[in-house]
Amino acid sequence: MKKVYASPAEALDGLLQDGLTIAAGGFGLCGIPELLLQAIKESGVKDLTFASNNAGVDDFGIGILLQTKQVRKMISSYVGENAEFMRQYLSGELELEFTPQGTLAERMRAAGAGIPGFYTKTGVGTVIAEGKEHKDFNGETYILEEGIFADISIVKAWKADATGNLVFRKTARNFNLPAATCGKVCVAEVEEIVPTGSLDPDCIHLPGIYVNRLIQGDHEKRIEQRTTRAA
Amino acid sequence: MAWDRNQMAERAAQELQDGWYVNLGIGIPTLVSNYIPEGVEVTLQSENGMLGMGPFPIEGEEDADLINAGKQTITELPQTAYFDSATSFAMIRGGKIAMAILGAMEVAENGDLANWMIPGKLVKGMGGAMDLVAGVGRVVVVMDHANKHGVSKVLKECTLPLTGKAVVDRIITNLGVLDVVEGGLKIVELADGVSDAELRAATEATLVN
Repeated sequence: MKKVYASPAEALDGLLQDGLTIAAGGFGLCGIPELLLQAIKESGVKDLTFASNNAGVDDFGIGILLQTKQVRKMISSYVGENAEFMRQYLSGELELEFTPQGTLAERMRAAGAGIPGFYTKTGVGTVIAEGKEHKDFNGETYILEEGIFADISIVKAWKADATGNLVFRKTARNFNLPAATCGKVCVAEVEEIVPTGSLDPDCIHLPGIYVNRLIQGDHEKRIEQRTTRAA
Repeated sequence: MAWDRNQMAERAAQELQDGWYVNLGIGIPTLVSNYIPEGVEVTLQSENGMLGMGPFPIEGEEDADLINAGKQTITELPQTAYFDSATSFAMIRGGKIAMAILGAMEVAENGDLANWMIPGKLVKGMGGAMDLVAGVGRVVVVMDHANKHGVSKVLKECTLPLTGKAVVDRIITNLGVLDVVEGGLKIVELADGVSDAELRAATEATLVN
């Protein structure tokens, strides 16, 4: 069993083709798989659908794939902070499926758990509910939302062992965990691959069963909004 | 006379009860954490995956892996717990978060809330707002009573696309406090120096006694 690859391009070798649906982890720029996104850009594949909470900024994250027009559709909850995104969306070049943040996370989690759909109160009575099945349970109305079954998952974690067990750090866990579970293949990038046996088995956030390929690399980890208080 | 942003936040902080887990939205709701009453312990949730949100870091201690839902750098507290986005919204959807305090563009007398989209303007997305208002125990809106053109934001019906249908429990504005009740809104409290007549005149929604 070989999961560790030498570079992002090698880790993605044989997986990429035009028209794929990719589930990506991260919230804003926090915990995004920045190395794999760069490698996808360099591969030149296009017509991609991304299930990702956000679309990065113009020159970082998924934003770099928007600049090269490799993205056909985004499934996201919030896409502010990206001028190129807005330009492509308003001109009709880019399709956008707005999904409430919790519904997006659950659509990933559900698919990863083999659940094709679930009912939620989120969005009932709003544009999100239009065209979706409504059903009452105990006097309350819910809508049916469908799982996101992705072709590939790309995620970023803090540490891994060679078997793919992952540990995330602070709020960088976010969508990485549900996104990792909903793809047919999951590729993870980490800051450090540690010797197998050195991670506490009680403190693994995502068991290696979900992770097929793994790379270690240097991350920029850009901060989107640096806010401080007086010392 | 009326409440300013900080006074609105201070009034909203009176809604907090000891032991509650709460979610504060962006803007005035964020200021609420400055006014948590003495003896009241609340835990702040940040929906990107954290309970026990601390203040902004001092310069030099910013951590790219530690942000709030507004993508600002923050800090952790001794009781902090981290989790993934699916777990975060499971606790929201599951009703474990006692209250959300959030801003709004419009609120209607039946509790309808609009705060995510203005047609024809740049659409950024609803983020977690639809999940929050549908899932938490109690929804308190903090906003100015009128928009910058002087038009009431407390309406008979929302004109903007909804974030949630009949989800608001209480509205705190610069002019006072109103509750969503059977048949309309009920005035609970007047802001300092604001008369009952002024509040009524500034409100389009049906007011009931």
